[in-house]
Amino acid sequence: MLYFSKLKLITIYSTIIFLSFFSIINFINTKESSFLSKSINLGLDLQGGSYLLLEVDSIPIINQNLQQKILNLRKFLKKNKIKYENLNLNNQTINFQLKDSSQEEFEELFLNKKNNVNPYFVKYKSYEFIHSIKNKNVKIEYSKYGLIELKILSLDQSLEIVRRRIDEVGTNEPTIIKRGNDRILIELPGLEDPNRIKKLLGRTANLTFRLVSETEGVFGSELLSFEKNDDKLNISKRIILSGENLINAQPKLDNQSNQAVVSFTFDRVGSKKFAKATSKNVGRRVAIILDNKIISAPVVREAILSGQGQISGDFTFQSATDLALMLRSGALPAPLKIIEERTVGPDLGEDSIKAGTISLAIGFLLVIIYMLYKYRKLGIIADLSLIINLTLLIGLLTIFEATLTLPGIAGIILTVGMAVDANVLIFERIKEEMLTENSNIHAFDNGYKRAQSAVLDANITTLISAIILFFLGSGPVKGFAVTLGLGILTTLFSAYFFGRHLSSLYIMKNKDRKIKI
Amino acid sequence: MTLPSLKNIKFTNFYIKLNTFSLFMIFLSIMIIFFKGLNLGVDFKGGTLIEIRAENSSISIAEIRQSLIKMELGNVNVKKFGKENDYLVKIDLSNTNDPNFIQSINNKLSSDLGSAVNFRRVENVGPKVSNELLKDGLLAIVLALAAMLFYIWIRFEWQFSLAAIAAIIHDVIITVGMFSFLSYEVNLSIVAAVLTIVGYSMNDTVVIFDRIRENLKKYTKIDISEISNISTNQTLSRTLITSVTTLLALFSIYLFGGAILKGFSFAMIIGVIVGTYSSIFVATPILNYTKVNSKTVLKEENNKTA
Repeated sequence: MLYFSKLKLITIYSTIIFLSFFSIINFINTKESSFLSKSINLGLDLQGGSYLLLEVDSIPIINQNLQQKILNLRKFLKKNKIKYENLNLNNQTINFQLKDSSQEEFEELFLNKKNNVNPYFVKYKSYEFIHSIKNKNVKIEYSKYGLIELKILSLDQSLEIVRRRIDEVGTNEPTIIKRGNDRILIELPGLEDPNRIKKLLGRTANLTFRLVSETEGVFGSELLSFEKNDDKLNISKRIILSGENLINAQPKLDNQSNQAVVSFTFDRVGSKKFAKATSKNVGRRVAIILDNKIISAPVVREAILSGQGQISGDFTFQSATDLALMLRSGALPAPLKIIEERTVGPDLGEDSIKAGTISLAIGFLLVIIYMLYKYRKLGIIADLSLIINLTLLIGLLTIFEATLTLPGIAGIILTVGMAVDANVLIFERIKEEMLTENSNIHAFDNGYKRAQSAVLDANITTLISAIILFFLGSGPVKGFAVTLGLGILTTLFSAYFFGRHLSSLYIMKNKDRKIKI
Repeated sequence: MTLPSLKNIKFTNFYIKLNTFSLFMIFLSIMIIFFKGLNLGVDFKGGTLIEIRAENSSISIAEIRQSLIKMELGNVNVKKFGKENDYLVKIDLSNTNDPNFIQSINNKLSSDLGSAVNFRRVENVGPKVSNELLKDGLLAIVLALAAMLFYIWIRFEWQFSLAAIAAIIHDVIITVGMFSFLSYEVNLSIVAAVLTIVGYSMNDTVVIFDRIRENLKKYTKIDISEISNISTNQTLSRTLITSVTTLLALFSIYLFGGAILKGFSFAMIIGVIVGTYSSIFVATPILNYTKVNSKTVLKEENNKTA
């Protein structure tokens, strides 16, 4: 165990030098960016920032899609000459009653793999919908996979819109990723106040232009209230134009009223449609509706042919800016719910780094002194191994560009405390071997050999915990799992390669002297 | 017969007494957890946690509480946290979806206290997420126990596996019981601590077991209780030194690592102490009770070579 081939030594020491290099560059501020300028990322809890978990509210999407599906279903049934009655939508379920046609007739059409209302997903081996028929009462609802497909689709759309909105705000290096079927995880480092982002993500920003109906209670119109107060207007359900036709929206100060407004430009199709609608309806009111609330309902004085216009409401310049931003980035397919928020201010992050560093330094010193006290000269070997261990650990974290969190720092300190265990196991074993062995070299050799199984067992158990924690833990706790797990690897390396080599050098020099441990 | 050993303590003499004590502690812990419950943090219960730094040093906890109670936010809990003027506020209500929720609390507090308050940290967890986090946390602990059971079962005989798991469960129950008794908050970092304790306690136990197995093979004529004594003595100084270095690191986190890591390091300190105790006085005795002998480990050897 005490013999090292040249090749082995070269491998060991070049690994150490390689990782030490990456460890050290963390502490040197280099402005140049090259492939070498890697560094450990600080987690949100250390650099400050916001973490948001959003969930797509799928109920409105399901309803919307089922509404559309009803239209298709009507066509489908008509085309295939199936008579029905009482077709309605209730609790995300389409219900209707078959009149003359039999259950089998309907099922044959509905489960035909080439039908266009109930597509068959080959990859899931499932239809989009499941149906049940009882006494000619048909119930149709989304199948499990139909729902998954729908959620994935709306999640992808939402993700894109969320990304655009956050990019427009211009926060530095945001992380925006999908989580599961219906969630979006957002990390905004350095953001002190997530309020604005939360507001921007809290609206679908579905903009429509619709005529105000003169007469109340007409079929095809609905009563909507104003955003700023509870006044209500009867609004036609027919949409003249929607936000999709906007190509630009900007906040502006209106010259006359000196109020903040949002000015917008339609695309070509939108301009034409709007020109047509306004020229036909001079003297009537056009309501501008955002997320089912009326923002304003100006009277059309003349046909608007330019394809440009402005929205005035009770805006501050900030709210006009935000609305313009939302209109530019497009509407979300469904409302997003914030289901988790964690925000850390930058000064707390700084305090945490300071506290973490101080406790690391103190813990490290205490362990080093204790090992010197316990093992004297061998203590130096253990301490050097510990220093190398820490350097390697930081080097590894740097190469992987791992995220260091406050629990992660705790993991490093804990590694310091537990890492010496490997050396303790070995030294204690050597001490025992010396009771029966006369040769120092044999005692050392046996000590390393016989302690090996205990060292491995002891470290693997902690590694198991770290791995489970890594996969099931979230956020900062994951950082703990990373440092603890990598710490075990560096511990084994530094004790069994580096420490053992130092021991062999030491024992070669003192092979005939009485060594006291 | 004298064997090469540095110390000679008769651990077996304490087994009955200390096992009774352990059983009593487990029973007590379960009772406390059952009747007193755990002080679950917002991670697991949902709600809002705000770390506040007030600029005005003359405000009191009562004032903060008064101001918050007026907002009708459900149960409100205010306590000092770390430095002077730092407070930790916990509110039952989470309102994660209202973008103005946190802002309105800040405005109200600032105006009621007559000085600006700085929200240093906000954690706002909705009920759905907190349920999932709780489930994941429990799952992680159960998985860790199962993984350990499996690992020891592969490496040793079933008696060792049983003994090690009993020791770990002993440690976890007593640590959690301690948290219940002291009403310390249980949050995500405590789950991390418990998992690390599981790993540490296992580590400690395995080292002794390793030696017991080695000695059983070496001295086939010696009874398990004597083997236990010899092995525990042989590994005793390692057990103690490693516990001391780990505790040194942990105390350093506890004292200097800031208020956020206090709960975590406290749990770990309890866990390391209990874990060290349990590998000597819970895990090893069970090997005695299950009548492990050299045949047990030699049979294993034969199976492996076969």
